[in-house]
Amino acid sequence: MKKRKPDVINKLAGGSWAYSKIVKSHFFSPRNLLVEDPDKLQFDAEGIVGSPACGDVMRIWLKIDPKTERIKEFKWRTFGCASAIAATSMLSVMVTEKGGLKIDKALQIKPQDIMKRLGGLPERKIHCSVLGDKALRSALNNWFKKTGQFGRIIVEGLKILDPHTKVTEADIEEAVLAGALTLEEVQQRTKVGIGYPQCLPEVEQFIRFYKEKYFGGGGGK
Amino acid sequence: MMRSYLQNKFGNPSNLYKLGREAQRAIEDSSEKIAAVLNCQAKELIFTGSATEANNLAIAGVARANKDKGGKIIISNVEHKGILAVASYLKQEGFETIRLNVGENGLINPEELKNILAEETILVSVTYADNETGSIQPVGKMAEIIKEFRKKHSCLTPYFHTDASQAAPYLDLDVERLGVDLMTLSGHKVYGPKGIGALYVKKGIPINRLRSGTENVPAIVGFGEAVKLAEKEKKSEYQRVKKLRDKLEQGIFKIISKVILNGHLAKRLPNFLNISILDIEGEALLLYLDEIGIYVNTGSACNSQSLEPSHILTALGRPHEYVHGSVRFTLGRYSQENDIDYVLKNLPPLVEKLRKISPLKLKLGKKKQ
Repeated sequence: MKKRKPDVINKLAGGSWAYSKIVKSHFFSPRNLLVEDPDKLQFDAEGIVGSPACGDVMRIWLKIDPKTERIKEFKWRTFGCASAIAATSMLSVMVTEKGGLKIDKALQIKPQDIMKRLGGLPERKIHCSVLGDKALRSALNNWFKKTGQFGRIIVEGLKILDPHTKVTEADIEEAVLAGALTLEEVQQRTKVGIGYPQCLPEVEQFIRFYKEKYFGGGGGK
Repeated sequence: MMRSYLQNKFGNPSNLYKLGREAQRAIEDSSEKIAAVLNCQAKELIFTGSATEANNLAIAGVARANKDKGGKIIISNVEHKGILAVASYLKQEGFETIRLNVGENGLINPEELKNILAEETILVSVTYADNETGSIQPVGKMAEIIKEFRKKHSCLTPYFHTDASQAAPYLDLDVERLGVDLMTLSGHKVYGPKGIGALYVKKGIPINRLRSGTENVPAIVGFGEAVKLAEKEKKSEYQRVKKLRDKLEQGIFKIISKVILNGHLAKRLPNFLNISILDIEGEALLLYLDEIGIYVNTGSACNSQSLEPSHILTALGRPHEYVHGSVRFTLGRYSQENDIDYVLKNLPPLVEKLRKISPLKLKLGKKKQ
């Protein structure tokens, strides 16, 4: 990946505000967007994640070949900022290119993989890309249910965020409920990401999500 | 005007020789120009590096100098972040801040101020018009309440400060008529240079001054002239800009569905239009508009440092999903009718495109989907 010189550096946050050419391209011309509302039988599975209050909602629709387990179509709609829209668009390309990924391969896609393909995201926008793989898991769970493969269903809360400390999403939820509302406070309780900082954007997203869920928005700072 | 003070009239105003005296004279002239608009004395003005610095000086300076009289400060929940920051900083020094809440229309109820004024209140600071919705607070009415309180308790405090940065190009700045004791102004909001602000402090009010050093003479000169010019065209600009803003507002509400106005319908700066467009996210729209040369702002969380949505729009009781779709249009001296036509032509298709991308179908008026 070629490093571009960012056009602007935010003097407070430090990170670049510049979007890569690829992000811009996917933002201005989204690929695989679902244009018309679908018929009931048009797709094999669908999933949705996020909430309007949090500022990100992703909804996706899949067509899956049951014999080969390849994902043949990935259509989507996203409510969110440029990064969220570009990340969903890029994920749809990654899943369907070269004849479509097999389900197990698709499940291995991490937010970092999407970011890499996008040519990076501004630092403070990284959290916007983490919903994509969750939306995909949600849709594939829907397909597992529909096809009676209950053993393959991925329980979201049990997903390990940090392989070193084995911290899961449920642990983050628990920490937030116990009053840890910032990344530092959650880290004090769970040690999440201390040896594996790659997971921090995702952890922050969960903190934000559960903070919103249990303590509401209102008031601001 | 500023150029000569950057080139040949470069004297230090603290020095006694001719160039120094010339620079000192220029600062005094500029102060006189601003004082004439504010209906105050030139000596009651302190130049600062920005409106934020002026606000810091007003709040921290008055609080520290009057600590013996009490430790309570009243602000509102639609203040600029700079005010919230200095108020929260003063907690460490033992001061307590109480926030007045605005209603759904963006305005403070002066009666609420009456109820929370206490003898320990040393300062009330409320924005004249906030920087997101432009809603105009009842500053005059609040000043009356404060004066009554001081009379009744025969005390000098609380003092009353207002940040008039946004209001300056369009509203009355006469400190006597408004009844304020301290007032903040900003250079670039009146089309003067950036990096200059001023604080009016009524004679006799104890304040701990923070700034020292050589004055920024060219900026002060430009600032004074800008205030003078803005005052001269205030009435006509108010009408001209309001007509354009109303055209934009009516056009948007006519063409685009599911839009709500943020702020007060009538008691609002004539150049402000803050709306929430449902089902789409503000930063995405901002970037689409940016691409075609329309520059707006948004209160969406995605656009902020803290990743929290605008505290001003949430103070109005707007649910987060509305705040995420907020867009602020501001007009000014250089806005023309063809600019409004350009926005009205280009905004609707971009909103439509983003709505096609969005899975949301929020219902107007309902709080949650």
